[in-house]
Amino acid sequence: MDESEKEAPKAPEEPKDEALLEMKRISRRSFTWGGLAIGLTYAGFHYLHKMGTETDDTLPWLFRRGLQFNEGVNQRLYSSQRLSPTFTDKDITEARTNGDIGLGDDFDPASWKLKVEGGAMPLVLALKDIEALPRQEFVAELKCIEGWSFFVKWAGVRLSDFMAKYPPAGKVDYVGMATPDEQYYVGLDMPAAVHPQTLLCFEMNGQPLALEHGAPLRLAIPHKYGVKNIKRIGVIRYQNVRPKDYWAEQGYDWYAGL
Amino acid sequence: MHRLAKKHPLAIRWFHWINFPLLAVMIWSGLLIYWANDVYGVRVGGHEIVKFLPEKVFADSNKPDSGFSPYAPPAPGWLPRAWMTKAEPENPNSPLHLYELNNRLAEGMGWHFLFMWFFTLNGLAYVLYTAMSGQWRYLLPGKGTLKNALQTVLHDLHLRKEAPSQEKFNGAQQIAYTMIIVMGIGSVLTGIAIYKPTQASWLLSLFGGYGAARFIHFWLMMGYVGFFLVHVAQVIRAGWNNFRAMITGYELVNVQAAQELFPTATPGASE
Repeated sequence: MDESEKEAPKAPEEPKDEALLEMKRISRRSFTWGGLAIGLTYAGFHYLHKMGTETDDTLPWLFRRGLQFNEGVNQRLYSSQRLSPTFTDKDITEARTNGDIGLGDDFDPASWKLKVEGGAMPLVLALKDIEALPRQEFVAELKCIEGWSFFVKWAGVRLSDFMAKYPPAGKVDYVGMATPDEQYYVGLDMPAAVHPQTLLCFEMNGQPLALEHGAPLRLAIPHKYGVKNIKRIGVIRYQNVRPKDYWAEQGYDWYAGL
Repeated sequence: MHRLAKKHPLAIRWFHWINFPLLAVMIWSGLLIYWANDVYGVRVGGHEIVKFLPEKVFADSNKPDSGFSPYAPPAPGWLPRAWMTKAEPENPNSPLHLYELNNRLAEGMGWHFLFMWFFTLNGLAYVLYTAMSGQWRYLLPGKGTLKNALQTVLHDLHLRKEAPSQEKFNGAQQIAYTMIIVMGIGSVLTGIAIYKPTQASWLLSLFGGYGAARFIHFWLMMGYVGFFLVHVAQVIRAGWNNFRAMITGYELVNVQAAQELFPTATPGASE
C-alpha cells in the first residue's frame, strides 16, 4: 500500500517536549520583565541621586518631602507633649563637647544680655531676670544626630514659663533662637517650645554652664536632637514663619523631633 | 521528557526582588549614618580584631588621624579608588561616589528615612501574603525541621551522602527564611526606637536603651550581609533551574528521572 510505504521510513516519533518549549516561552516573558524592572530601578536611583534641591538647603527635594512627611506622621501619631524619660543623678555620664559654631572667642559672659524680639515691646534681659522664674531640673539623655548620647542633668527655667512672663505680641507659630553673633540658629514650632521639658538652661550637672557648653544660657530640649540644643543664646524671636535652622540648611531634618 | 512544576507564586517573586534594591539602599544609607559614630568592631580580650568599617572604607579627609598610610600595600587597579585611599569626596556624578561613605550623614538620613517606608511595607506585604496564601506552610519550621536542617548542612559540607527529603524548602532554608523575617521585624522595631526614642521610649527601654538599640540595629544589618553571602553561594550551587524558578515561578522536572527513582509511580499520564 502506498500509505504504509510512506509511513515506514519514519523513525518512531519522539513525543515533543512540550514542557521545555513552554519553559522557554515563560522564561522569555519573565526575563523581559526582569530586565525592564532592573532598567527602571537603575534609572530611578540614578534620577534620585542626581535630583536637585528645591530650596536653598542641600537636601534633594524628594528627601526633604520625605522628612516633612515623617514629621506629619509623627504629629498625627504622637503627642507633642510626651515627656522624654528622666533618670537619676547616678545615671549621669561624662558629657561630650561637640559643636562650637557661634561660640567665638570674642565674647564676654559678664556683659551678656538676652534680646527678645516679637514681643509686645523689644526686651533686653539679664540672667537674673531668667533665674527669677520657677526653677526646673531633670536628668535626661542628650542624643546627638550623629548617633551617640550621654546622660546629663539640666537646670533652668521652662521656655513656656518664660513665654508667659514675656509673651509674644500676638499669636505666633514659631520660636527662633540665635547666638549673639548669629552664626548658629535653630527654630522650634510652638508645641516643642511650650513642651514642659524645654528649658532655658544655665546649669549642667549641678555646675554653672561652662563656656563650651553654652554659658551663660543655652537650650535643653531632650525631645529633639542635640543640634536643637543651641548654646549661648543671644536672641529669642517670636515669629510666624518657620525660623531658619543652621543644620536644616545643611540638609538635616528641620523638625528633628525624637 | 520534562514537566513544569509551579514553585514560587508571582507575589512572592515580586516581594523578593523588590526587597533586594530596598535592602541595599537601607544598608548603604545606614552606613552613611553609621559613619558619623563608627564605634563597633570585634574585640577579643580587649584587642580589636576588626573595626567596622575599616578606615580604608570610611575614607575621611576630616579626621586628622586617618591619613592614608604610606605603608599600606598599593591598591589594585580594579578596586574603586575610594576603597583604598583617603580622598576628598568624589565628584557626586561619578559612579564611584556611591562607595564614598564619609561626610554624608544628612544624605544618608534623607535616604534612610524615606526608604524605610518602602522596605517596611514590602516586608509587611510579604508576611501578610505568606500568611493568607498558605505559603507559610512551606516556610515555617516544624517538628522535623532541626534534624532536616542538620542533615542538609552535613550534606552540603559533603559529610553526608544523601540530601534529606524535602518539600519546597529544606530545613535549613526554613530556618533561614523564617529567621530573616524575625530579623526584619527586629530592624523595624529597633529603627523606630532609635528614630523616636522619646515617643517610643517604652520600645527603647525594651531593647535596653539608645546605645543598645543602635547596637542591635547595626548587627542585624551585618546579619543581612551574612545571609546574603550564604544565600547567593547556595543559589549558585543549586543551579540554573532553581534560580530560574525565582524569576519565572516554574521549575523543569525531568520526568524520566522521576520514573527511574519511583518506578511504581504512574508515568505522566496526564501530559
